[in-house]
Amino acid sequence: MKKTVLIIGANSDVAKEIARLYAKKEYGIELASRDMEMLDLIAVDLKTRSGVEVVTHYLDVTDFKSHDAFISGLSALPSVVVSAAGYMGKKDDMSSDNIKLITDINYTGQASILEKIAHKMRDSKHTGVIVGISSVAGERGRKANYIYGSAKAAFTSYLSGLRNAMYQYNIHVLTVKPGFIDTKMTQGLDLPAMLTAQPDEVANDIVRAVENKKNIIYTKWIWKYIMLVIKCIPEFQFKKMSI
Amino acid sequence: MREISAWGRYPKTTGVLKYFAKESECIGVTSDNEYIPCGNFRSYGDCALSETMMSTLRYDKMLHFDEERAILHVQSGVILKDIVDCFVPRGYFLNVVPGTQLITVGGAIAADVHGKNHHVAGCFSEHVIELKLLLPNGKTVECSQKHNRELFLLTCGGMGLSGVILDAKIELKKINSKNIAQTTIKTSSLRETFDTFEKHKDKPYSVAWIDCLSSGDSLGRSLVMYGDFRDDGDLDYNPSKIKSIPFDFPGFALNKYSVKAFNELYYNGIKDKESEEIVSLEKFFFPLDSMYKWNRIYGKEGFLQYQIIFPLENSFVALQEILQKISNAGKGSFLAVLKLYGAENENYLSFPIEGYSLALDFKMEEGIFEFLNTLDDTVLKFKGRTYLAKDARVTKEVFEQGYSRLDIFKKERKKIENYNNLVSLQSKRLGL
Repeated sequence: MKKTVLIIGANSDVAKEIARLYAKKEYGIELASRDMEMLDLIAVDLKTRSGVEVVTHYLDVTDFKSHDAFISGLSALPSVVVSAAGYMGKKDDMSSDNIKLITDINYTGQASILEKIAHKMRDSKHTGVIVGISSVAGERGRKANYIYGSAKAAFTSYLSGLRNAMYQYNIHVLTVKPGFIDTKMTQGLDLPAMLTAQPDEVANDIVRAVENKKNIIYTKWIWKYIMLVIKCIPEFQFKKMSI
Repeated sequence: MREISAWGRYPKTTGVLKYFAKESECIGVTSDNEYIPCGNFRSYGDCALSETMMSTLRYDKMLHFDEERAILHVQSGVILKDIVDCFVPRGYFLNVVPGTQLITVGGAIAADVHGKNHHVAGCFSEHVIELKLLLPNGKTVECSQKHNRELFLLTCGGMGLSGVILDAKIELKKINSKNIAQTTIKTSSLRETFDTFEKHKDKPYSVAWIDCLSSGDSLGRSLVMYGDFRDDGDLDYNPSKIKSIPFDFPGFALNKYSVKAFNELYYNGIKDKESEEIVSLEKFFFPLDSMYKWNRIYGKEGFLQYQIIFPLENSFVALQEILQKISNAGKGSFLAVLKLYGAENENYLSFPIEGYSLALDFKMEEGIFEFLNTLDDTVLKFKGRTYLAKDARVTKEVFEQGYSRLDIFKKERKKIENYNNLVSLQSKRLGL
């Protein structure tokens, strides 16, 4: 049977690069996002590059009622699911609406969809890999982005539980924790070049980790050690810091 | 804001780098005061540096391939390597490739790059069927050799100074192999090098590595390489993994003794007067790409690349004088390239003219600017031309005398509404 990959939040720079890598491997590609204009363009690009089949789906991860229909609309149960939706939120907007939106995109919406897909895989005895793209921001809440950070922390916890729950059914779960990435989302920020990954580097790391059945990866790898240090700072000190 | 420099790592500038994935996002940034489009920063000097740099790197979709006519429609941020990787297995190659495949299509057009086959295939723009340009007033316009011709001639080779190239239709060439049959001829003097080029003018790809530190009778000794695609049906192309130079070499690593030793070994490593081998197209066209970030061997101070071309009738004497100066000073690097070019195209600022070009690197060190000015005296004397994509330091006077259509370039550029917003450090320096 032909292998397929489903990418949720497929219009991001990293998701696009992941799709290209799977297209090179001749996977069937299913892309889901709210931005159909961008999605169709990415689909055309993948077809021109490698002649693979690409299907696009409209998906708003925050529209929970649509999740069942979305999943039954997939052409096949995917061999790899990559959940790459992410939203940092409007800067300094601490309104309830913004908090809910950040949480729904980064955590609850994706958890709802992944849970349904995982159950479907389990019930049809389908082996596969589920990849959740979380963030190093979920490792410790910081004043700069703690709503986003806490949503990612919840998503990381969720993925850990899902991995545990699905292990016996041969469904593998990979948690990805990227540090800084040079994307549309971060342009204009003064990111240190040494610590900032290009989208294609992150995509390469992810696809390799899927092949090697890794549980958790940091990308760039150096973030594992940076976060180790950051997590070791005692709270009485951490609360005074601006990092 | 971040610190940015191009391949030569000189000059460095602090500016804003912006990305766009949709045309509409690009129009938004065009209202900025001063900006220049940029790609993968593989130009060497200051032509892609500005206050705001609008990167095409995320505008990188392949839109359509017309198999029958071999025409590929791509957005400008597509890297040439992606085209090579996707299309060589299907039996197509780019008509013109420079010495690196890690540049964008937009950059290839804006610098109107050329390759080892300039004498038969011309520049990159000569295989561009049509392109779409985003003008600084936010409007888009399509242009080609026939349609909006002036804008096309202004844009190809125009260093991004007419607008942001959004997408282009480019013609690919059919190949029936990923392999190149390459012949290397060892020459012992500049005269013999020239004669060898003349003799093999009909060969589709040719270039020479020149030992710029040789002197006396062996001044200008070279390894002239020419070749062509084989016809063996082998299209099983697996691009090799790119290795990275992991750190900056210390400044003293390259000096006249180490370079001289390298050149000696390289030149004498080839034993036969004439030798033949079959190499992959990657090795033939992009030998340095296998060392990702090779610019680090010059240390973090960076280097200056110097590329000039002389009209055919002046080429020999002019290059003899230049090589003499380099050899006397013991400067220059092991990456010196000599090539015979074909006829000039009609673009206002494209670099190639019929004649010989020399390109080489100079490590950043004290006195290097003064030394290059003395080389420029020869350029002035023999009506030579400086390649803008490589340049970081040429004076206005030397630049201007080399480009015969500079007046038309300026006149046509002024017709573009808000043209003053499109500014690079280089365009300011040279009053473009």
